[in-house]
Amino acid sequence: MKWKNYTCLPKQFRNERIFDGCGISGYINIDGTKDNGKKIIDMLCILNERENGLGAGFAAYGIYPKYKDYYALHFLFDNEQSKERVLNYLEDIGYLIQSEPIPTKTPMDVSNSPIIWRAFYEPRQKKGISSDEQVVQLVMEINEKFEGAFIMSSGKNMGVFKGNGWSHEIAEYYKIIDYKAYMWLAHSRFPTNTPGWWGGAHPFNLLNTSVVHNGEITSYGTNMRYLESFGYKCTLFTDTEVIAYLIDLLCRKHGIPIPIASIALAPPLFDEIEQMDKKYQIALKSIRATYRSAMLNGPFSIVVGFANPVPTLFGLTDRKKLRPLVAGISEDENTLFLSSEEASFKRLIIDSNGLYTFKKIWHLKSGTAIIARLDEGLIREGFEEPFKNIKLTVTGI
Amino acid sequence: MNNTEKEGAFKLEEKNIIEINAAPNNKPLNYKVLNEKIHEAIKNNHKKIILKDVCGQRFIGASLQGDLEIIINGLPGNDLGIFMDGPKIMVNGNCEDHAGNTMNDGTIIIHGNAGDVVGLSARGGKIYIKKDVGYRIGIHIKEYESKYPIIIIGGTAKDFLGEYMAGGLILVLGLKFCLDGTVIESDQPICGNLLGTGIHRGKIILRTEKDFTAKLGVGAKIFEISEAEKNEIEPFIKEFCDIFNIPYDIISKKPFKVIKPISKRPFGGNYCGQII
Amino acid sequence: MSLSHNIPSYFHIKVDRESCKKCKRCTTHCSYGALSFNGERIVADDSKCVACQRCVVMCPGSAIRIVKNESFLPPHGNYTRRIRNILWAQSGNGGVLLSATGNDRPIRTIFDDLLLDACQVTNPSIDPLRETIETKIFFGRKPKKLEFLTDKKDSTKITLKTEFMPNFEIDMPIMIGHMSLGSISYNTCMAIYQASKELNILAGSGEGGLHPDFYEYGSNIITEIASGRFGVDINYLHKAAGIEIKIGQGAKPGHGGHLPGEKVNSLISQTRMIPKGSDALSPYPHHDVYSIEDLAQLIAALKEATRYKVPIGVKIAAVHNSAPIAVGIVRGGADFLTIDGFRGGTGAAPRIIRDHAGIPIELAIAAVDERLRQENLRDEITLVAGGSIRYSADLIKIIALGADVAMCCMPVLIAMGCRVCQQCFRGLCSWGIATQQEYLVKRLDIDVARNRIINLFHSWNEELKEVLGAMGIDSVESLRSNRDRLRYIGPNPKIAEILGVKHAGE
Repeated sequence: MKWKNYTCLPKQFRNERIFDGCGISGYINIDGTKDNGKKIIDMLCILNERENGLGAGFAAYGIYPKYKDYYALHFLFDNEQSKERVLNYLEDIGYLIQSEPIPTKTPMDVSNSPIIWRAFYEPRQKKGISSDEQVVQLVMEINEKFEGAFIMSSGKNMGVFKGNGWSHEIAEYYKIIDYKAYMWLAHSRFPTNTPGWWGGAHPFNLLNTSVVHNGEITSYGTNMRYLESFGYKCTLFTDTEVIAYLIDLLCRKHGIPIPIASIALAPPLFDEIEQMDKKYQIALKSIRATYRSAMLNGPFSIVVGFANPVPTLFGLTDRKKLRPLVAGISEDENTLFLSSEEASFKRLIIDSNGLYTFKKIWHLKSGTAIIARLDEGLIREGFEEPFKNIKLTVTGI
Repeated sequence: MNNTEKEGAFKLEEKNIIEINAAPNNKPLNYKVLNEKIHEAIKNNHKKIILKDVCGQRFIGASLQGDLEIIINGLPGNDLGIFMDGPKIMVNGNCEDHAGNTMNDGTIIIHGNAGDVVGLSARGGKIYIKKDVGYRIGIHIKEYESKYPIIIIGGTAKDFLGEYMAGGLILVLGLKFCLDGTVIESDQPICGNLLGTGIHRGKIILRTEKDFTAKLGVGAKIFEISEAEKNEIEPFIKEFCDIFNIPYDIISKKPFKVIKPISKRPFGGNYCGQII
Repeated sequence: MSLSHNIPSYFHIKVDRESCKKCKRCTTHCSYGALSFNGERIVADDSKCVACQRCVVMCPGSAIRIVKNESFLPPHGNYTRRIRNILWAQSGNGGVLLSATGNDRPIRTIFDDLLLDACQVTNPSIDPLRETIETKIFFGRKPKKLEFLTDKKDSTKITLKTEFMPNFEIDMPIMIGHMSLGSISYNTCMAIYQASKELNILAGSGEGGLHPDFYEYGSNIITEIASGRFGVDINYLHKAAGIEIKIGQGAKPGHGGHLPGEKVNSLISQTRMIPKGSDALSPYPHHDVYSIEDLAQLIAALKEATRYKVPIGVKIAAVHNSAPIAVGIVRGGADFLTIDGFRGGTGAAPRIIRDHAGIPIELAIAAVDERLRQENLRDEITLVAGGSIRYSADLIKIIALGADVAMCCMPVLIAMGCRVCQQCFRGLCSWGIATQQEYLVKRLDIDVARNRIINLFHSWNEELKEVLGAMGIDSVESLRSNRDRLRYIGPNPKIAEILGVKHAGE
């Protein structure tokens, strides 16, 4: 079936939640070494039982060193007119440093592709509003109001490549193998319905935050309405969009450190909280009460890439462990891998004829974040108590 | 020389007195800060608190209890002494609205005018106001067992005096205080319209020779003052005159009229409980 | 009143002469004087019967039945029996007609037009009996955000700067609404407070003060500051878990209160702190609240008076402009906001207001929740919804529409034995609930009543968990305002639009 629109849901599917099962993968090289796309493609493509050819995507961090100070906007356009409108608009409100097509494989073997474009952009300085916030508003505006246009990603020195097709098709189409990144995220989809729109594939991105997600959020309505009161526009009707915005809200807008933001997303049970020291009880209850609408409910596992202030890879599952997530660290302890299935790691081992080995492979504790930061390394392994390795002070006690 | 200054001549060295500046560096404190300072002073066992340069800060004396005296130099804001239960507050000057709101016990003395709705729902205590007051004074004041709220106004009052009154005593003297310190009869009407409207207990006593029947509210009726009532109010008037330096002999120059409820159930017949 | 203007009775008392043992028990149990013994047999006066069922239950021979009065009026679809009765009552008495309980007009209930979602395939449901489902709620104000400071040199050093505001933890999203001692009996109050403490939920004091016997349950009681300020003293402020300023009540928005003097016995007198036999009138407005900034002032005053230790809230009736009013109240500093829908109950209210004023709670909550979100205020406060939460289905639906806590009264009274005869304002409740008469109050066994309330809410909470489990949600926080999980099947798409709920099938 052919759809005319790539940048928004076909009309008959609007207002309808999209559910999908998925495969997710991601890794970070802690010393900042950049890899080409081979590993991530291998890791993702081995999970092909988890996809049905209706969407895949990649996020790569560190790919635009030349333009690292500008927002790298990755676009999907339905046609030339929508492209012109958006680019003209960008020139009106800011500076287009560079504007060019994203290299793609021709002839296309991915059916019906849109115009794929990128622009390096800097918003004009405005008093009282940060350029980050301006870009967030720009993304919301273009995705909501500009017909035939969609921003896939808006971070600096990073980009999202995604579309409608099998994971190997998308990888080839975008020539993922040619990009060099220190952190990679990847996703393949198994949606329940078939609208072939490219924007709906993962990763979801806002600024430097990219999310790949497996599962379905049963708290979608609660989360969405919470985000809307902070000005986010949830126009895509997917859970993953909501997760990306929640992380943006917690980590960027509210300045909450990732380990604590992860508690807000998947907090410990009250029964567990009651067992803890008073200080932790107060902190955890404050988090649960204040961010009760940010809590993610239902089955999910997510891998999140993050670059502000420090590039970070972060993985989390729901509190009841209804979706899988496996972690592995390389023999030299320089690379942390996350994936839906251990097969992703095994694939790397086989591929290298056993030269590439893992020091440790482990399953995460439910509702517990695993976090690795550039330069710092693995700071949480995904089975700690909520405040392990954190010297917490609570004002007032 | 009036009592204001007499009261002001305290001895700072007395251990339980503390002075709090409500406008340090000429910047008035936020009410929360000021009230927190008062609470701190009480915690430190100060029994007499003198506030300097008060400027509209609300809720001074809110829900305070016990043997405590607060002297306010300046203009306290709304809800002075709200929910108060025992202390004595003296204001050297005017005060804003809602003084003595839902007060249980204690004394509030205002050496000036007061705003609207003084003593709302007060159950006990005394509120003495030297000069004039606004609208709805003593609205819904109640009495209970030994609790008997008394509001005395040296000047005049406006409309809805003693609305819904459910106990206690409101006394209006109708005096005027000249700048030179002399006290004469006020040229203003002693009260406004709808006097004691909905009163079902307690009494309002006005010092006037004029006929104010037309001003009476629903359920209120004028009575001549009885000897017992004269005796009841005498000590309060004496105390009032003493506090505000009013020559007592001026009081007897006009008669008192008493306003009391026609019935305990002014609107009893207004409802019908028929099974529909 | 001449006989020709008697209002035909609704009910007919049937005494089966054969099984009647003439023990006269029914005559002592009927508090409305409908039954008497004439020396030979039991005589029934249908015009006094309210169908409270006391005699039926108490008759040892099961000889009594209350049936509908079959002698019916000439039918008329417009001038219904109800309207004719109103006109006859008014022309006989000339007063404002009183009524009790909630609006009884047959207006379509929106709750009944809402259906719940459940999981199939794309996510798993949860077994509420074997896995954890949380129903704890924090009652009070929350900060908009938490401020965490990370040490610049050591990123593992984190300080939580935001001090948490007073919040009360309750184990179920349930509050028993405000019913004062006066409108209901001492035994009823005691059963309610004991059950609330046992369940760790909240109960409202109503505006009748707090009797010293109830102080020990204060940690689960929200006291009410209404326009009459009855019984408001230091204890009333300091013994409670929270304080609510009552601006309005769903059954009588814009109306005051009136406890007639004859109900003010020594118990009521002691609790309300007014002399025995004196009328307890609650003025229509608070006379220190003539405007929104005055409300902010009263909230601030109560916070000052309680030294910022307990949450202070405001209750309003659901009226046409509830949404902007709610915004003003939240901006005014309220820690929680209670909205009481037009079906909300009362012990006594003018019928004209009970039956015709206000709007349904479903619409009010949806509008208030939405508006507070637009102003980015919603998550800071606890939103309580009342006004006919009849059973657990309503509780679940109102939470999904946006409430944090559901407030109810009638189900509690019914659990204790109320038969909904709607005569509360007469103070003759034969079940010992809405009365102050010693011999009637005694009829309500506190222990039995308490246990029945505990059972009732235990069952509601279990049913809530069942639904959450079926929806694949393991904490009630994730149901709140999750309108995505509701569908509408009623006749009016405009309602679905206001509720922000899709039609079934969409």
